[in-house]
Amino acid sequence: MEFAFFIAGFIALAATLRVITCANPVHALLYLIVSLLAVAIDFYALGAPFAATLEVVVYAGAVMVLFVFVVMMLNLNAETVARERHWLRPALWTGPAIMAGVLLFAMLGALIDGHSIGVVDGQVLSANSVGKQLFGPYVLVVELSAFLLLAALVVAAHLGREDDDVEDKDTARRERGVSKAGEQR
Amino acid sequence: MKNAAQNAISATSGVLRTLGMTFMHSFRKRDTIMYPEEQPYLPPRYRGRIVLTRDPDGAERCVACNLCSVACPVDCISVVKTEDETGRWYPESFRINFSRCIYCGFCEEACPTYAIQLTPDFEMGEFDRQQMVYEKSDLLISGVGKRPGYNFYRVAGMAVGGKDKGAAENEAEPIDIKTLLP
Amino acid sequence: MIFGLSEHDIISIGLTAIRTLVILLGSVLVAAMMIWVERRLLGLWQDRYGPNRVGPFGLLQVVADMIKIFFKEDWIPPFADKAVFVVAPAIIMLTSMLAFAVIPFTPTWTVVNLNVGILFLLAMSSLGVYSVIFAGWASDNKYALLGAMRTAAQMISYEVFMGLSLLGVVLLAGSFNLGVIVESQRGMWNVIPQFPAFVIFFLAGCAEIHRAPFDLPEAEQELTSGYHTEYSGMKFGMFFVGEYLGIVLISCLVTTLFFGGWLGPWLPGFVWFALKAGFFMCFFILLRAATVRPRYDQLMAFGWKVLLPIAIINVAITGAIVVAQS
Ligand code: SF4
Ligand code: SF4
Repeated sequence: MEFAFFIAGFIALAATLRVITCANPVHALLYLIVSLLAVAIDFYALGAPFAATLEVVVYAGAVMVLFVFVVMMLNLNAETVARERHWLRPALWTGPAIMAGVLLFAMLGALIDGHSIGVVDGQVLSANSVGKQLFGPYVLVVELSAFLLLAALVVAAHLGREDDDVEDKDTARRERGVSKAGEQR
Repeated sequence: MKNAAQNAISATSGVLRTLGMTFMHSFRKRDTIMYPEEQPYLPPRYRGRIVLTRDPDGAERCVACNLCSVACPVDCISVVKTEDETGRWYPESFRINFSRCIYCGFCEEACPTYAIQLTPDFEMGEFDRQQMVYEKSDLLISGVGKRPGYNFYRVAGMAVGGKDKGAAENEAEPIDIKTLLP
Repeated sequence: MIFGLSEHDIISIGLTAIRTLVILLGSVLVAAMMIWVERRLLGLWQDRYGPNRVGPFGLLQVVADMIKIFFKEDWIPPFADKAVFVVAPAIIMLTSMLAFAVIPFTPTWTVVNLNVGILFLLAMSSLGVYSVIFAGWASDNKYALLGAMRTAAQMISYEVFMGLSLLGVVLLAGSFNLGVIVESQRGMWNVIPQFPAFVIFFLAGCAEIHRAPFDLPEAEQELTSGYHTEYSGMKFGMFFVGEYLGIVLISCLVTTLFFGGWLGPWLPGFVWFALKAGFFMCFFILLRAATVRPRYDQLMAFGWKVLLPIAIINVAITGAIVVAQS
């Protein structure tokens, strides 16, 4: 299990690095998917199969598909890749990279000092216990996120709404067409 | 609401019905003819492999008039004319390139002598394209084909091989233009 | 002791490896045979014979087709994004074959007895989307792209209904483990208490593997052949076999989840499983022979306005009953 954990972790790091450095957005997304899959394997190795599969279903399987979907429609070409490459000049990324590195070291130091690094053991957290945790001590968080999602749903439904009281799209279109023609006359 | 329920029921039953009807086709008779074992019936006027036919007397019908060659939309017939000592025309070579022929039958319609005829045979596949070019020896059959009893030279007004002018069937004696008698 | 493994461990690892190989090869073989079965059955329902020349009953037609497809030129269009273009067909084979790992064919014949089996299946089917999307995008062809976009929307939508319809089954069995779900159907097959879920799952499965009548991503009449327009040779063959693998997978799943898997009297478990799964494979073909492809907006409206409410109501009612009984 430890073996799998470290291999997957290494792949996740490498893939994430490529996400940042890749000039072609679709290739970058491919790497991001690989990175998510590797993280899922890490979850699995840590004994959380439920979280692992959810990571694949939700992040790799649904969210990233939408990303890819949008990127696909951007009409990418060699020009975009060239521009992207231009933006990857060292002058632009050294500053943030150094700061992020400092942050990383600070975090690593804190983690090591605090002895809070876990070990990879064979303990498995079942879906059952995850559910009990979610709807036991964390029920408030679940409800809050449900509110948030409901709000998002309502907004999406409102934005995507057709004309009121029209069931059939075709008739709606036809009626609109007729009324427009009538106005012109 | 009632409308929606009705819609749902009719749509579902429609899908189930088409599934059932399609399934019942398992018990119908097959429409396929199992070709090489079971030969399909081809009508006599089917437009297939082309042949050159002969007179009832056994002579070649073709007079190398090239009308078929002209009529052919894909230009796949080539005829070379020659004459025998009696003045009768016949093709020295007659070549049809069947890899170009579209079996339209125009040649048959154009032919004044019923020499060229299409037959109900389509099994002409070859591995070598050159094999699709049929020479006169491949085309000529020893029969009258679809027109028994027709002999072009016997009805044509041309003097040829022992048959003089006016000697053809249904032909009047040639008028002697040098005399005043009726 | 080798590498810290006892003899017992090594034997069990070896057995698992053999089992894995048999199941993988078996599933791919069945998928390949499906090509022949489909052509024969379509012939049957269209009053003709279908391929019946190569070998007995035309059985070797598959072999002939495979030989042909292996020797075809494997062409990558110069305008395509090469890496993605090559990876795409591998993804669909990979995900469908991985999904077979958790299906219990008999009580003993399953590769991994995963306690999140159903979720794993959903994960694999959601990863299968990438195959189609990337194939469509990498081809750099408008038909392929249109097919890919349709797929993205169709498969994401129908994944939702697929997952929701399975929740009822999970509630009844009290576990995500497929073996436990089969065992829970000893008294009564899930199809009886969960009939709406079964219908939704079947339709969603059909849409998920983009099989006729939900084959909008391919839709020969409008999109030439959609996302795999530019594919040829064995890469196309992988999409082709992948589609049939999908049929086999969904049939196996329907059998496992709703029709009691290997359970059945008299005959051995595997025979029951094969019979039930085979029935659904044939039903998929009947569906293709009989039904017409809906329009894209009809497909979406049907999913979100009909299937989703039914699935949610089904989950709610099942949940209420389960809570009331316990
Ligand atoms: S059948 Fe038509 S195409 Fe063929 S040789 Fe005669 S005229 Fe030409
Ligand atoms: S086959 Fe008929 S049309 Fe053709 S050259 Fe001979 S006589 Fe003329």
